[in-house]
Amino acid sequence: MQLTGSLFADASAIYGNGLSTFPDYPAEIRAPHGTVSGVSGFQVHIGSGRVTTPGDFCDLLVAMNPAALKANARWCKRTAMILVDEDAFDEAGLKKAGFTTENPFAELGVEDRALIVAPITSLTKESLKDSGMDQKAILKCKNMFTLGMACYIYSRPLEPIYAYLEKKFSKKHPEVIAPNKKVLDDGFNYAANIQAIPDTYVVEPVSDLPKGTYRNITGNQATAWGLLAASEKSGLPLFCGSYPITPATAILEELAIHKNLGAKTLQAEDEIAGICTAIGASFAGNLAVTTTSGPGLSLKSEALGLAVMVELPLVVVDVQRGGPSTGLPTKTEQTDLSQALYGRNGECPLPVIAARSPAGCFDAAFQAAKIALEHLTPVILLSEGFLGNGSEPWRIPSMADYPEIHPPFVKGALAEGERFKPFERDPETMVPQWALPGQKGFEHRVGGLEKNHAGVLSTDPENHAQMVAERAEKVARIARDLPALEVVGPASGGLLVVGWGGTYGHLSTAVSELKAEGVEVSYAHFDYINPLPANTEEVFARFDKVLVCELNSGQFASYLRGIYPQFNYVKFGKVQGQPFLVSEIKEAIKKEI
Amino acid sequence: MPNLTFQDFKSDQAVRWCPGCGDHAVLAALQRALPQVSHALGYEKERYVVVSGIGCSSRLPYYMDTYGFHSIHGRATAVSTGIKVANPTLTVWQACGDGDALAIGGNHFIHAIRRNIDINVILFNNRIYGLTKGQYSPTSKFGAITKTSPYGTVEQPFNPGSLVLGAKGTFFARSLDVELKLNEEILTQAALHDGTSVVEMLTNCVIFNDGAHKELSDPAVKADRTIVLRDGEKMLFGKNREKGLVLEGMGLKAVTVGEDGYTLDDVLVHDAHTDNMGLHMMLAEMKGPELPVALGVIRNVKQVTYDDGVHDQVLEVTAKSRIHSVDELLHSGSTWEVK
Repeated sequence: MQLTGSLFADASAIYGNGLSTFPDYPAEIRAPHGTVSGVSGFQVHIGSGRVTTPGDFCDLLVAMNPAALKANARWCKRTAMILVDEDAFDEAGLKKAGFTTENPFAELGVEDRALIVAPITSLTKESLKDSGMDQKAILKCKNMFTLGMACYIYSRPLEPIYAYLEKKFSKKHPEVIAPNKKVLDDGFNYAANIQAIPDTYVVEPVSDLPKGTYRNITGNQATAWGLLAASEKSGLPLFCGSYPITPATAILEELAIHKNLGAKTLQAEDEIAGICTAIGASFAGNLAVTTTSGPGLSLKSEALGLAVMVELPLVVVDVQRGGPSTGLPTKTEQTDLSQALYGRNGECPLPVIAARSPAGCFDAAFQAAKIALEHLTPVILLSEGFLGNGSEPWRIPSMADYPEIHPPFVKGALAEGERFKPFERDPETMVPQWALPGQKGFEHRVGGLEKNHAGVLSTDPENHAQMVAERAEKVARIARDLPALEVVGPASGGLLVVGWGGTYGHLSTAVSELKAEGVEVSYAHFDYINPLPANTEEVFARFDKVLVCELNSGQFASYLRGIYPQFNYVKFGKVQGQPFLVSEIKEAIKKEI
Repeated sequence: MPNLTFQDFKSDQAVRWCPGCGDHAVLAALQRALPQVSHALGYEKERYVVVSGIGCSSRLPYYMDTYGFHSIHGRATAVSTGIKVANPTLTVWQACGDGDALAIGGNHFIHAIRRNIDINVILFNNRIYGLTKGQYSPTSKFGAITKTSPYGTVEQPFNPGSLVLGAKGTFFARSLDVELKLNEEILTQAALHDGTSVVEMLTNCVIFNDGAHKELSDPAVKADRTIVLRDGEKMLFGKNREKGLVLEGMGLKAVTVGEDGYTLDDVLVHDAHTDNMGLHMMLAEMKGPELPVALGVIRNVKQVTYDDGVHDQVLEVTAKSRIHSVDELLHSGSTWEVK
């Protein structure tokens, strides 16, 4: 189902539609087939305008078995079409999905939708009976038959899918290309012939898109590429030490491909080794990265403190998932914010930034690396499962438009007898200078024990107080380099809607839909969480109330209240392992007006 | 050719180990070995990086006038690995203790050895937690009475040598803190070896485990209870080198040359370079009273290093790829134009 969905998305992207996808799948690799908990889903939202969310409710539900119908029927619009494989809706299938009557549609209250009940399995078998493929391989093709049907309904061209099949199988299994194309065509033609399909749709390409070359990209891929871009712009080789963890693994996998761009990846023996190898690589002068998800970030806490103490650049990507503990590994949440901000011993501040969309992960990763390298600090980049796995079309930028990255390397040579002081700071930025092993005369020692500016161990009370304050001030002054917080809608008024990270698509859609309905509210989205944009306080002061929307129980709201207690905050949280619905945000906003 | 002396490797920091601690001697041996390594390989001082974890011995980087990284408990091996992969021209030394490397850091320790990353690990084994003031460690002897085992431990210790060889280590040596000359020799060989070199230094903790290795280091018994192995030399020991090791049945046996029909020809010749792990494992596991404890370089074999593997692959993939910039990467695969 994941492949079918992404092929439909790719075909739509190439056709020029606005697009957003959301794969939603169980944690098990081969979850019990036919059971409701084992349903693997792929949500695609296409449009002839800009699309920023995978959508709340669907126009077409494709359910390959009764369990899939049961798990998703509630997301069907009143006017939705439901396409099912009749062959899977036998007694056994219905029973396995927990249906108690023979009519699953009535049982779910969706019998009034446009139902397309097609014997997809039998038709696929018939289509491929002379293909020479074995029965198991033939059955795998039923998704391709269904894809053909969906392409007919939404007037999608099949050529991009042909191209995919040719590219994917030309080397290893050229014999399956023709049968797959045939079954795709047969599905398309079947849908055209049966006259059971009430409507077909033409979703025109987006007409007002900026000119340029576009591609489809997932958040995890964009994160990896943004880091590679920072490596190029800084001239430092990329080193990624990581341990596989859902849903962040794809970043490590993606970086492992790009050795051609000098990327070195080390699949570590555990999460701690992931970050510690990265810290070592940073000490030696690489752009060091470690990628993980919530539980992995917990394991990295002590080493993160070390990176703060030794003042070395490091990017830690946390693709958040449902927690606590192992939680919901394949589901999305924003529940690691407090951990990112505070989850270390001692007073240990570090920059935290968040990605707002799948393609936005590119810029967020680039920025995280730039801040880390220029301010000599670990940076946590918060992504989300929803962003990492989700995809959207992306206008490919030119690297010429991205800034150079200039780490504060030591300049010149030391005077005779002078010792390098590893923690002596630039008075403007509070950033020390960076000397790399191999540089003659700059030998120095760093470590987790408190030191003075000269890098000598010190337990002196005043020195400790000063170093704590200086490390905090170094992070705080990063705000000077950050873009101002922007307000969409009226610059002042009763209500300011606030969000951060991957809720951007849903929040901005909700606000613009409300505006179209005549309800105008203001909206500000945070990409930078620590430090906050310098004008945050000034913006908040212009509103009576700040509605903080986030996929947790109010962690950002509490953080804001801690820094700016003078404002009136209202929390709107959701902790279901699922993204927001645009509709529920609209309701929440209306309630506060 | 760099002309360095041990003075060049002494930092300006006061050494704060307890008087009589075995770590002083190991530090001195390292400071004397590095000029020899530099002379042999043409390494300038700034090429050296000394990394450590947490514990008494992990203070060592502060006493070396090189680049140094005093990391966190158990993780030195991971930090060293990252340094070496990031910049393979650096020569990485690591100081860690028995608790640091074998308890909290056991995982990193065995995986570094498995990968054969080119780092030099000095494992200070005093069989006790010193910095936390006297708790048993993974190398404390069975029954050891310590602050956390007031009635004696009920757990078996690790033999670090078995662990290294079990992880298919390519270099393992063992010595006593007091053997200054031997230690210079061993540490130099460790540096010359490409791959993970582990040198177990049996050190004394004068405060919490005094006499930790007295049964070996006591001058009265040392010659009979230890054997110094050197590649290509007969395995002889004893005050007058009258004893030797022979292979009998499935194991090693200590014999006296000229007695019971054993001649010098029967005595094994040490081959540190053989791939065969079997005899190296037997040598590493020797213990009294029947057998002497092996000192010296027990195993030293060639095998491709992890850092070379990583860099060769980068070069190989780069040579084959058509993508050499991020702009080219962004435009690779399926794209479409909006006009």
